[in-house]
Amino acid sequence: MTELIDLVLLAMLALTALKIIFLKDLFAVVMLFGIYSFLSALIFINLDAVDVAFTEASVGAGISSVLMLGTLALTGRTEKENKRSSLLPLLVVTVTGAALIYGTLDMPPFGAANNPVHEHVAPRYIEESPKEVGLPNMVTSVLASYRGFDTLGETVVVFAAAIGVLALLGVRREKTDNVRQSGFTDHYVLRIIAKLVIPLIILFALYVQFHGDFGPGGGFQAGVIAAAAFILYALVYGLPSAFRVVGPKFLQGLASFGVLLYASVGLYSMFKGGQFLDYNKLAVDPLAGQHYGIIIIELGVGITVFAVMLSIYYAFASQTERGNT
Amino acid sequence: MNFIFDYYNYWVVVFLMMAGFYIVISANNLVKKIVGLNIFQTSVFILYISMGKVSGGTAPILVEGVTQYSNPLPHVLILTAIVVGVATTAVGLSLIVRIKRAYGTVEENEFENTDDAI
Amino acid sequence: MLEQHLVALPIILPLIAAPIALLFGRTILTWAFATLISAGACFAAFSLLIAALSEGVLSYAVGGWPPPWGIELRVDAANAFVLFAVTALSTLVLLYSKASASHEIDPDKQALFYTAHLLCLAGLSGILVTGDAFNLFVFLEISSLATYTLVSLASDKRCLTAAFRYLIMGTIGATFILIGVGLLYMKTGTLNMLDLSARIAALEASRTVNTGLAFIMVGVSIKLALFPLHMWLPGAYTYAPSAVSAFLASTATKVAVYVMIRFIFTIFGAEHVFAEMGMDFILMVLAVVAIFKCSYVACVQSNVKTVLAHSSLAQIGYMVLGISLVSVTGLMAGLIHIFNHALMKGALFMAVGAVFYRLGSVNIEAFRGLGKRMPLTMAAFTIAGLSIIGVPLTVGFVSKWYLITGALEQNNWLIAGLVLAGSLLAVVYIGRVLEAAYFKEFPASHDSKDVKEVPLSMLIPMWVLVIANIYFGIDTSFTTEAATSAAQWLFQNNQVLELTP
Repeated sequence: MTELIDLVLLAMLALTALKIIFLKDLFAVVMLFGIYSFLSALIFINLDAVDVAFTEASVGAGISSVLMLGTLALTGRTEKENKRSSLLPLLVVTVTGAALIYGTLDMPPFGAANNPVHEHVAPRYIEESPKEVGLPNMVTSVLASYRGFDTLGETVVVFAAAIGVLALLGVRREKTDNVRQSGFTDHYVLRIIAKLVIPLIILFALYVQFHGDFGPGGGFQAGVIAAAAFILYALVYGLPSAFRVVGPKFLQGLASFGVLLYASVGLYSMFKGGQFLDYNKLAVDPLAGQHYGIIIIELGVGITVFAVMLSIYYAFASQTERGNT
Repeated sequence: MNFIFDYYNYWVVVFLMMAGFYIVISANNLVKKIVGLNIFQTSVFILYISMGKVSGGTAPILVEGVTQYSNPLPHVLILTAIVVGVATTAVGLSLIVRIKRAYGTVEENEFENTDDAI
Repeated sequence: MLEQHLVALPIILPLIAAPIALLFGRTILTWAFATLISAGACFAAFSLLIAALSEGVLSYAVGGWPPPWGIELRVDAANAFVLFAVTALSTLVLLYSKASASHEIDPDKQALFYTAHLLCLAGLSGILVTGDAFNLFVFLEISSLATYTLVSLASDKRCLTAAFRYLIMGTIGATFILIGVGLLYMKTGTLNMLDLSARIAALEASRTVNTGLAFIMVGVSIKLALFPLHMWLPGAYTYAPSAVSAFLASTATKVAVYVMIRFIFTIFGAEHVFAEMGMDFILMVLAVVAIFKCSYVACVQSNVKTVLAHSSLAQIGYMVLGISLVSVTGLMAGLIHIFNHALMKGALFMAVGAVFYRLGSVNIEAFRGLGKRMPLTMAAFTIAGLSIIGVPLTVGFVSKWYLITGALEQNNWLIAGLVLAGSLLAVVYIGRVLEAAYFKEFPASHDSKDVKEVPLSMLIPMWVLVIANIYFGIDTSFTTEAATSAAQWLFQNNQVLELTP
């Protein structure tokens, strides 16, 4: 059954990708990309990667599509005709694809339980992590503890993206005395629904943040969801109102704070005589130490991701609002 | 038949990757290039997740009575890679916004000076 | 306590410092802080190099998890040597940036500039020190994102398209590396480099592993701008702010060369890559083509930064040529050239940045008569230029000497001759700039009062590099010892090494 669903989803992905190649309407391209992303999230669920599916849906499909649409608003929505030969790209792609197909012929079969990836390294994560780290969600254990250094790096990548976007675009603040009426001022239904939904979204973000140890979720997804609540607020009530709730400067500080919170766990464990990010040293009982460590670093991740995603949205949206005047 | 059953997943994934790669190197519009890059990367993610799958296994969250779990390590790697991907996308799109403002176009063949061609 | 964590320090110092740097209100504080941190990382890297030369290898298990379950940081003579070069150059460039960046970069964005510089340094150190193939990808992306930001901070609008091209090519390269690492993981089940090497050696010839190798080599070749995948580099180096060009030209591609060395020698084993796959021949041909094609292009450019960028591409050719000789001497020549080229290109780009600081142009026309107007800057350019050519008593000579020795060991007179011929082209492109500076008159139309020597804060780092060019050209004991022991280390059969917890 799994294989059948997999095959259907893969076929849909292939069709979507083909359609994107030939479409000239960029709005449709971005929408199809969102669909592509959601379809891959479905594949991830089907292949047991629930955490990845969650992230792909919120980060890949959600934030990426929003940013792409924001860009289209500034750059125009149709790709112009061009007479470029597509022969060379086709050749490059064919050679690369052929090399990969050649590589697949020796691969361990799909789904077999005795593949090398399942016999080396991973068994410890599956068998020992509930005892060593003490969490039922093995993905969180590996992410936050065994490969915590990767995750620190990943948080820094997010931070670096914020630096890049701020350096390139900056957040344009309009002076408070000539704030235009922006947002959907006349759509009362929208405004009331938004007011009802935003607290629920934030509540859900908190749930995802702190439930990541037991089920799918964690700092990345929670940060994005929380940012989505504020993005909705900014859309409906206008950017200036959103700036009054959380200002861009405050978000910059928050982004730094999240990374530093993460790193401080590492420094504290060094201070306690362990290696960098050795959570066992955080408390007398190693399991408790692991637990504290993971909660704090996930919080750091969540804070940085929230602050960065919202900052990036602000940067793009403030360009658009200016573009409209 | 068995042969096809073992590898069909990887073959489709290779096709998807190459579709994305093709969009990146052939598209004339910069936004479309970024979309292509995302498709390319997302397809690589499917490659990773495919190798973590164990037939008959379940999601790697400890449940009483389950002995066969899928491999959590590729999931962790791809969580990281997704976030890296969105970071690159954000910076790339910001560059496009600036390019539009500086040159008035985001079509590759419209940059007049060859130094500016992408 | 610090000695125990020495291996981690060059990464975590700039990594933690970057978000702190963003919080300072004033640019001058951010600058001072970034420089201090970079100097600290440089000091740690130097201590690491000393330790690695005496003890062999230092391993650090992040999070206390033993490899291959956790992420291992691993330092030996090879990466400590490159790490020292990278951190030292970063510190000098930061000193230089104070005047240069405040002149070229929007005041509002200078704090972001220093933050991005620290992130880039953290990424490069991470790539060098990590012993985990996937962790390498993460740090690669940190340094890449920071680099795109740094390139795009210039005021010339062409930096935007250059940065975008760099972003597209860089991300394709990184994705290829990701595919390659995935294929290796699929066959071995591990990501730790040493563990990978042991398990790949145990496998019989596998198409999947060979495809993985090919993808990693292509991805890394994009990152190190090996001909014909180099098209992103000239634009990025030409239009980036001067301080950024100096930093990137002397560090970023070198780190990618190191990654190539690491994958070839530590993970796959030289035997497999060269004897079975025949990659030495491919690399040798590409390297020779790069040396001649790019040196030739450098001879006909009018923008001096573009000249230097193409010269960098040719110098990368020399490094790859050293690797492709498959001998301890060849590899050692490649490694020593990583260090030496950082010294030369750093000085050259700093000198060109100084000209830009005074004249607002880096066209060869702008250099007319500068020999008298900016004597110290042009003297620095001259000495570093002679070093690029490979004149005795400079580090350039040392690199070429070992490269030719390596070629002659194998009776490869052709390669030895080609290396010498390549130097002649360098005479042409450096000579054109020197001719303008010393044998042409300063144009009368310029307002001559403003064209004088640049501030000391720019001259001192430039001259530190120039003196290093001469010092390490005369007293070669430090660099040759480090490079030789690194090359020998890489050539040892790594498979016999057990994982050290």
